[in-house]
Amino acid sequence: MASIHVFDPSLCCSSGVCGVDVDQALVTFAADVEWAKTQGASVDRFNLAQQPLAFAQNEIVKGVLERAGQEALPLILVDGEIALAGRYPKRSELARWAGLATPADPATQASGCCSGGRCC
Amino acid sequence: MIDTPTPRFLEHAPRFLFFTGKGGVGKTSIACASAIELAGAGSKVLLVSTDPASNVGQVFGVAIGNHITPIPAVSNLFALEIDPEEAASAYRERLVGPVRGVLPDDVVKGIEESLSGACTTEIAAFDEFTALLTDSDLTREYDHILFDTAPTGHTIRLLQLPGAWSGFLEAGKGDASCLGPLAGLDKQRIQYKAAVDALADAARTRLVLVARAQQASLREVARTHQELAAIGLTRQHLVINGILPPAEASTDPLAAAIHRREQAALAAVPEVLRDLPRDELALKPFDLVGLDALRGLFHDQPMPDGDDTSAATADAPALAELVDGIAVDGHGLVMLMGKGGVGKTTLAAAIAVELASRGLPVHLTTSDPAAHLAEALDGALPGLEVSRIDPHIETERYRQNVLVTKGKDLDNQGRALLEEDLRSPCTEEIAVFQAFSRIIREAGRKFVVMDTAPTGHTLLLLDATGAYHREIARQMGGKGMNFTTPMMQLQNPKQTKVLIVTLAETTPVLEAAALQSDLRRAGIEPWAWIINNSVAAANAGSPLLRRRATNELREIEAVVNEHASRHAVVPLLEYEPIGADRLREMIAATSLAAGSVA
Repeated sequence: MASIHVFDPSLCCSSGVCGVDVDQALVTFAADVEWAKTQGASVDRFNLAQQPLAFAQNEIVKGVLERAGQEALPLILVDGEIALAGRYPKRSELARWAGLATPADPATQASGCCSGGRCC
Repeated sequence: MIDTPTPRFLEHAPRFLFFTGKGGVGKTSIACASAIELAGAGSKVLLVSTDPASNVGQVFGVAIGNHITPIPAVSNLFALEIDPEEAASAYRERLVGPVRGVLPDDVVKGIEESLSGACTTEIAAFDEFTALLTDSDLTREYDHILFDTAPTGHTIRLLQLPGAWSGFLEAGKGDASCLGPLAGLDKQRIQYKAAVDALADAARTRLVLVARAQQASLREVARTHQELAAIGLTRQHLVINGILPPAEASTDPLAAAIHRREQAALAAVPEVLRDLPRDELALKPFDLVGLDALRGLFHDQPMPDGDDTSAATADAPALAELVDGIAVDGHGLVMLMGKGGVGKTTLAAAIAVELASRGLPVHLTTSDPAAHLAEALDGALPGLEVSRIDPHIETERYRQNVLVTKGKDLDNQGRALLEEDLRSPCTEEIAVFQAFSRIIREAGRKFVVMDTAPTGHTLLLLDATGAYHREIARQMGGKGMNFTTPMMQLQNPKQTKVLIVTLAETTPVLEAAALQSDLRRAGIEPWAWIINNSVAAANAGSPLLRRRATNELREIEAVVNEHASRHAVVPLLEYEPIGADRLREMIAATSLAAGSVA
């Protein structure tokens, strides 16, 4: 099964509650990751503020940061190849990458006006 | 006189004693005096100070620092100083150091900022405590370990949540939990659990709440009491420190007024604190430096003779002069910033009233928990509009909104974590500032005076996400108005004046200086400092108060020489300045005090 690595921007919380508004995309994605894991998918998340070394040690991620800066995050690698940059995947995308049966995406809410709160 | 030969909070003292309370209430002095007392009774004692102004070494005449040091002057006493800022910085470095020069500079800077908040400092300090709270070789030999601080409920609760730790230190890679700062911790979860268990164990831990005989101070301590009792720290004592002895009240009107106010506060001690064992300590006529002085904290001593306090009068600019400088621009945002209890709301009201009485349009908006001040002013002057934001209501609304809309699909663990995230101090700051930001836009055409401000750290993070900018843009909602970015507005002294409010006491001045450097990191230069409730500016007659006035001069000098580009000193008042007339008197009283000694 494919291994999915998610490189998050600096977030104090995966829930992203610390902004002026909560980023729904983050909350939804956190739930989607949980779901994918229960289906047996291998998903690892790395937070820039907490595990910067993971970013520095991955040549692809480091290169993207050098060229495009933090705006390119989140960055999703599937088996070491860039699958998506700049936004979080939908549940159906996660499922496809992980080789799971494709679910219907829950009704997507408009993403908040915030790209992810950062505090602490 | 109040006499407490053996304070109740030291009777049958358990292994761990934590002293908690607002900066400046005397935690460190009481912790030092307690350590001397317990060591004198034959126990082996370790005193741990996290006071940034730590004078523990100075008190005992020995350099201490970040390792356990025996105190030669007191047998059985050992001390350790932890600098929370240094701990936080070491801890940031552990995370950021390895990637500096590897990842782009702006990325590294962003990571550093996200680890520069109050939470990080607290977690880092707790990290240092952990080894002391668990039964290590380091501490086994001590009968008592005394801390001049205590972790907040928020920190302890986070450490207790299993969800917060999932996949973290154990797996060595994060599942992006909310405990950002925890990633840099170098101890094992099992050790933190042992530390938290020790805290919550009534047989091992006693919490001493230290307050002053003031409403705000007692209210705050009541909150701390409830929060920490809820997570198991049930064994608590209350100490009310620095009470003006009744005898002083007969010496001059100001002392009499203070006495009256303190007695009223004592009579109205919050319900939840009434059943706690309580000690009351009298205000001392001497500085709590040196062994003799500290021994005297729990035992009354006569006033030392021969000290000249006649020169203890502050020759300082009045608040009215600052208002002149503010009024010149005709409009703008005025934000008062400082720790709780220094009088931000009262000063904001005084400045607003003074501006309005000069015929200028003013909107005063406060987060004063007691509504009386704002209500007393509504409609008092033409051109003065008053509104009030209740921090609890705003925060609760924000929390509920997030939980209902964004948290609805989370499982129990995820939901518990989200709820705890929403109890962080950042959340309240953001919720309140969000409410205020609806009013800020008025500052283009009138004065907006606020009794609070977000910290530089929060501003930097909000600005980095661009979220704040978008929030304002959304609120201006296609009205075709021109605006600079909010951060630019806050950085421009023509548009925004930040006034730092403090008291003329060591710890409050240091805390204010920390707020200032935090704002400077965000490119905001505080416009002025206000030293509030100054005895030195009040021309007190009571010997005890004159002594305090002498001590204040040193702090006022530090503010003028090291911190403030302009400043004002506001005297301690006989009456609480409630209502427009009293507030105007406050400005007048200021001028009078400064004028009379010029």
